[in-house]
Amino acid sequence: MTGGAEIRYSGWGRALSAKATLARPERLSDIVALGPAVGGRRSYGDAALNDGGMAVDMRRLDRIIAFDIEKGEIESEAGITLGDLARVTIARGWLPAVLPGTGHATLGGAIAMDVHGKNHHGAGSFGQHVLGFDLISPTGGQRRVKPGQPLFAATMGGLGQTGIVTSARIKLTHAPGAVVALRERRVADWAAHVAALTEAGDSYAVGWIDATAQGRDLGRGIVETAELSAGEARRRGGRPNLPFDAPRLALSAPIVRAFNAAYFHRVPLAGRDRIVPYEAFFFPLDAIGAWNRLYGHAGFHQFQCVVPPAAADGLRDMLAEIAAGGFASPLAVLKRMGPGRAGMMSFPMEGLTLAVDMPNRTGVVALIARLSQQAADLGGRVYLAKDSAAEPAALDTMYPEAAKWRQAVAKADPAGRMVTDLVRRLKLRETA
Amino acid sequence: MTETWMILGATSGMAQALTRDLATRGAGLILAGRKTADMQAIAADATARGAQAVQVLTYDARDNATCDALVAAAEAAAGTFNLAVFVGSMPQQSAIDADPDLIAGTITDSLSGPAHLIHRLAPLMEARGTGVIVGVGSVAGDRGRLSNYVYGAAKAGFAAYLSGLRNRMARKGVHVMTVKPGPVDTPMTYGLPPMPFQTSPEKVSAAILHGVARRRDVIYVAPIWRLIMMVIRALPEALFKRTRF
Ligand SMILES: Cc1cc2nc3c(=O)[nH]c(=O)nc-3n(C[C@H](O)[C@H](O)[C@H](O)COP(=O)(O)OP(=O)(O)OC[C@H]3O[C@@H](n4cnc5c(N)ncnc54)[C@H](O)[C@@H]3O)c2cc1C
Ligand SMILES: NC(=O)c1ccc[n+]([C@@H]2O[C@H](COP(=O)([O-])OP(=O)(O)OC[C@H]3O[C@@H](n4cnc5c(N)ncnc54)[C@H](OP(=O)(O)O)[C@@H]3O)[C@@H](O)[C@H]2O)c1
Repeated sequence: MTGGAEIRYSGWGRALSAKATLARPERLSDIVALGPAVGGRRSYGDAALNDGGMAVDMRRLDRIIAFDIEKGEIESEAGITLGDLARVTIARGWLPAVLPGTGHATLGGAIAMDVHGKNHHGAGSFGQHVLGFDLISPTGGQRRVKPGQPLFAATMGGLGQTGIVTSARIKLTHAPGAVVALRERRVADWAAHVAALTEAGDSYAVGWIDATAQGRDLGRGIVETAELSAGEARRRGGRPNLPFDAPRLALSAPIVRAFNAAYFHRVPLAGRDRIVPYEAFFFPLDAIGAWNRLYGHAGFHQFQCVVPPAAADGLRDMLAEIAAGGFASPLAVLKRMGPGRAGMMSFPMEGLTLAVDMPNRTGVVALIARLSQQAADLGGRVYLAKDSAAEPAALDTMYPEAAKWRQAVAKADPAGRMVTDLVRRLKLRETA
Repeated sequence: MTETWMILGATSGMAQALTRDLATRGAGLILAGRKTADMQAIAADATARGAQAVQVLTYDARDNATCDALVAAAEAAAGTFNLAVFVGSMPQQSAIDADPDLIAGTITDSLSGPAHLIHRLAPLMEARGTGVIVGVGSVAGDRGRLSNYVYGAAKAGFAAYLSGLRNRMARKGVHVMTVKPGPVDTPMTYGLPPMPFQTSPEKVSAAILHGVARRRDVIYVAPIWRLIMMVIRALPEALFKRTRF
């Protein structure tokens, strides 16, 4: 493997960072599982960090191995980004069946978090469309893992703990064109928001919440529903990049309130229907490079949890607490989830999921810890791809298959080489 | 197919980025280099991304006999035939100081090997009266530097070769472009302290395609390097010999 370089790197939220020796192999045969894999670094917290240790940067391993255009299957090296996969496949009438909100996530990262998209209620999780993958284990040796095998369920959503996924084959979904038929509707409050998401019969549905709204307006926002479509969309211009850390003021409370109000009123009362490029719908934030610098040097956190349908109103209480604390940012998202999940530690469960970005200010860690506990009490769970502040004690309640996963991981990586800062912080691999 | 590109040194990081861009626009490709298995993986990727026809051929700059198959492939190529040369090697200057036998290989990899092949392909391209030859040199060839002057000498020689070749080929409608990338984030530089104005293989590829479309003669990928090297070249030897640049 190419000689490692000592590098300081951080998760997407930039609030947590690590210094590790990162190897960056150029070919599959050069990979050695001396430490956990690092993908696109789009997890917000410490999921991909290994402070003081070794790690393997996968981003040079982004070659497509085979694209079966008849069957709609593609096999690729694990460092390819989902955005790249989408670009290549959509040109031939296909698209990955599940896409998270950023195209910079890698195939390996999507597997390790068993990511979900705006179509989770119908399509399930990313791992449910994986037909097989190659895994290099920290004990040496490489093997092909197929759905149904215990190692498959331990690796999907398995936080990279079973080894390094070097390549994977996924099933694609038909895409009639490179655009999406998008419908946007205002929703006035929490009840209307939940109802609109629950009743949406469309393949894709997602709600944007004005997290600064309080009282009667709490939960107001815009519900977007969409279908893959054919046709032409107006192309947008060049892509702005944020070359510096924004000053503290940029996301101060009054500015966020003003921004959110404008964003809400952008959609006319009667709603609107448009055809948009597929990237604009799937990866809206990717249009602004390095937007994470908007939060300035201190960075930010994202809190995301899911709760069962009956406990949905618990999310309203969380929103109220976030708004009252003045931690609201422009990014707050509500989504409906179906039961689909592919791994023992997968995040999705049937219900409603809430994700909110919050600036890294005094009090935010305690707030996130409180919200995480509330999620557990409601029978839900927090998303580890976003976490930086949950309490270890609540983890086994949230993830009932954790004990089983721990056993599988202990077998796959007895020496604990794949442990990350997240796994250490939450004591995920320690038996009670 | 409207264009076929032969990529010499197809395993290089920059070559892989160019190969990918060419594949996306549906070009035909002839990948040439030493590592067949690696080139096969690159070929599969190119095919999936839309390359029309992809061949993998063995090429060793230190073995001129390997050129025969390349010349035959160029003769059979569909559409406009183009060549991009990425071959080169940069042993540590200290290793060369310890073993002067390394000099010959360094010069072969960056200069005499590729020049031999280009010389054999030139008549064919002249006869067709079209096509492009892209040669990757280095800012290290703009002035002999303490830290890599044998490599620099080879690249300086290659730049002079390309300059003369440009003059010859221009008369027959064939375009020759010299590329000076400046520091690029590849295995050659990974792990070294971050260089000022370092660029990426993807940007090198974009600059090459942009330069070819505009029929540029010599391009610096990061334009700042043209300026830096202008200053460096202007320093009198008496002064330059005391710098560590
Ligand atoms: C703007 C934005 C929007 C997002 N939207 C969504 C969303 O809608 N749905 C959703 O589910 N997630 C979403 N995410 C989170 C993101 O999809 C996940 O964090 C994903 O894991 C990121 O992939 P990555 O390649 O960046 O992985 P990293 O963050 O680099 O790593 C994540 C984990 O994957 C492991 N890993 C990476 N590569 C491999 C490999 N080859 N083999 C084994 N393990 C590996 C790492 O060890 C680590 O544990 C979003 C993130 C951002 C920034
Ligand atoms: N990286 C930089 O900062 C930088 C800056 C300026 C210029 N350059 C030049 O840019 C070009 C590409 O470099 P790179 O950074 O992409 O590095 P690289 O990966 O080391 O590329 C060098 C290429 O040359 C090939 N090669 C070396 N000796 C050969 C031989 N005898 N026969 C056939 N092929 C041979 C290598 O093949 P194998 O894979 O078989 O070894 C490889 O494909 C080189 O000419 C380099 O000098 C690089």
